Amino acid sequence: MKLKTRLMGQSFSFKSVKEVLAKANEIKSGDILAGIAAENAAERIAAKYVLSQLTLEDLRNNPVVPLEADEVSRIIDNDVNEPVYRSIKNWSVAELRQYILGANTVHDDLHRISRGLTPEMVAAAAKLMSNLDLVVGARKIRNIAHCNTTVGVPGCLAARLQPNHPTDGVDGILASVREGLAYGVGDAVIGLNPVDDTLPAVIRSLETLYQFVQEWEIPTQICVLAHITTQLRAVQKGAPVDLLFQSIAGTEAGNKAFGIDSQILDEAYAAGLKEGRATGPNIMYFETGQGSELSAEAHHNADQVTLEARCYGLARHYKPFLVNTVVGFIGPEYLYDTRQVTRAGLEDHFMGKLTGLPMGVDACYTNHMKADQNDIENLAVLLTAAGCTYFMGIPMGDDVMLNYQTTSYHDISALREVYDRRPLPEFENWAERMGIMRDGKLTPKAGDATIFTK
Amino acid sequence: MGVDTNIRLIVEQVLAEMNQTAKGAVDGSVIPRQPVTSEEQAEFTDDYLDDLAGIDLQRYLQVPKPVNAELYKDMKLATPSRIGVWRTGVRPLTDTLLRFRADHAMAQDSVLGEVPEKFAAQYNMVPVVTKCSSKDEYLTRPDLGRLLDAENIEILRKQCEKGVKVQVVVADGLSSKAVEANIPNLLPAMIQGLNSMGIAVGTTIFVKYARVGIMDVIGEELKPEVVIILLGERPGLGTGESMSAYIGYNARRGMLESERTVVSNIHKGGLPSAEAGAHLADLLKRILDAKATGVNFK
Repeated sequence: MKLKTRLMGQSFSFKSVKEVLAKANEIKSGDILAGIAAENAAERIAAKYVLSQLTLEDLRNNPVVPLEADEVSRIIDNDVNEPVYRSIKNWSVAELRQYILGANTVHDDLHRISRGLTPEMVAAAAKLMSNLDLVVGARKIRNIAHCNTTVGVPGCLAARLQPNHPTDGVDGILASVREGLAYGVGDAVIGLNPVDDTLPAVIRSLETLYQFVQEWEIPTQICVLAHITTQLRAVQKGAPVDLLFQSIAGTEAGNKAFGIDSQILDEAYAAGLKEGRATGPNIMYFETGQGSELSAEAHHNADQVTLEARCYGLARHYKPFLVNTVVGFIGPEYLYDTRQVTRAGLEDHFMGKLTGLPMGVDACYTNHMKADQNDIENLAVLLTAAGCTYFMGIPMGDDVMLNYQTTSYHDISALREVYDRRPLPEFENWAERMGIMRDGKLTPKAGDATIFTK
Repeated sequence: MGVDTNIRLIVEQVLAEMNQTAKGAVDGSVIPRQPVTSEEQAEFTDDYLDDLAGIDLQRYLQVPKPVNAELYKDMKLATPSRIGVWRTGVRPLTDTLLRFRADHAMAQDSVLGEVPEKFAAQYNMVPVVTKCSSKDEYLTRPDLGRLLDAENIEILRKQCEKGVKVQVVVADGLSSKAVEANIPNLLPAMIQGLNSMGIAVGTTIFVKYARVGIMDVIGEELKPEVVIILLGERPGLGTGESMSAYIGYNARRGMLESERTVVSNIHKGGLPSAEAGAHLADLLKRILDAKATGVNFK
């Protein structure tokens, strides 16, 4: 294992694999805040070059947080398929990148090697890739999952309908649900972020969504994105739960800051399979995002791209139905501007896909970032080209509860039109029956939320 | 502008119903305008256009022929979400798009604003500042927003009581407008509520350029039983006045985020400030009884 190189006559040496991984990142304000970023452009490329020559075995043997110190590292290492790993462990990261992009490498090949990869390898490949590499690589991968309906179907672009309301008002939530459905949005999930995380409030919202979906026979799944311990109590009380949601981090300490550990996730997963209403087998929903470990001071001096890949390694353990990064939510101290958010969105989507997840993206921004709606429209276009599984759909992209902006109901329709993508099949059939869509296009009736009147 | 839009929408509707393809219908719906002559161009009037932000979006239904207009009106009043906005093809109408951009412009500008100098004195607060020296440093260095230097800690030691039941902290956070809009009602309501329950409250502290974690430093320094920080949230579109309260029992350095209890969305359209004051007083009482916050407080 060589951690030194010369580049254009200059000498560079790194102390550890972790340092090489960090310095090989494209520039991110979060890595600068953590004090682990490359000093300059030349050192960044030197780190990429050193990384390209490391073997996959080097990366497995040097997780950014040691196994003895972190349960996320242990869960990931335990899940590695050994025969697959043995068949690729002598590859360099340069070879891994070329294999992923190679003309003869198709979906099944990537699905197979995925089982032998650890997040450090997945992140390493991403670090060597250009933005277009990340699009080309991700586009090859199809990851399909089933809850009540099937997500990840080739040729489809799904959307989470996010009907958030500043006081969890039932009528307000249903107003946004009706509006979204009238635009053909809501096939991935109808998922509410609650203001009030208490059990009675969460049960009320679950019942509100459940009854509406039953009444209009909508082929989708519902979720109230409360803390998983609240959802666990809801499902134990017999509330109608399809998907169990939790935000996760790439380290044990990061998860502790979220108020969870693997035991809590195990318990919720088991309860969801036993008591939940969904057909399954995939019943978990996770959100992630670069920088969350650092914001909880739980990053172990590792970079935010590698830690993000570790979220996906942890997520995979629970065979989720949905996973999405919330790529612009965290703020300028982690992703400073449009350029960094765009890069992170493409990285996260690619890494999630290579890990085997039905990966979606909340392409978003907050009002204290150097970004606007044009920027996330651009990112959504790039991600749709990359085969992104789903986006968020919100009225005009304006989340009146979480106070940030993401993709809109209109954007979902526009992206489907531009790239000739369809809603998920069961949902599209329903939308045709409702007269909202015809041949994959919105009908003249679409956009009127009051078609849901009885 | 409403009339013009409606005409265009009706044309769209009619064309769409004439079995044209959806795309053709929409693209074909643009009403040709008379070319403007150079003479007309030269005539400027002194009038202003109507303020785009003056439209009450919750009462502005743009869907041309809804199945149930009454229901739509009720739906719009039930949520501040931008629903009932209609479309041209798969894109929003022009005024909807521009209003969105206007609201974003306002939000961006309120991040950069500052709470007036005399505000702290007006509400009998002790003013201190974190280690951040500017707004831009505050935005990119959250670590500095959680620290006080020796000089500012000395101010706390001299001017604040130690070991009170509840220490109140007010902070600008990401919206100066949230502080100015909510504190005048919230603070007296909350303190009066606490006093009426016989709960001792220390001198309120105002911290400039602060992150939530500053409460840990203050907790460790003044050792109150509970610290509550009232902080401006990052603005949403048209909700630059949203404030959150983070409450920590036995607040100290190294405290986990999940150990804090949070009440968010304090603003006119969410939890109004006076109500929030009463609600928080009651919540603080229950926290003192339970001797816990966050995931340990259910």
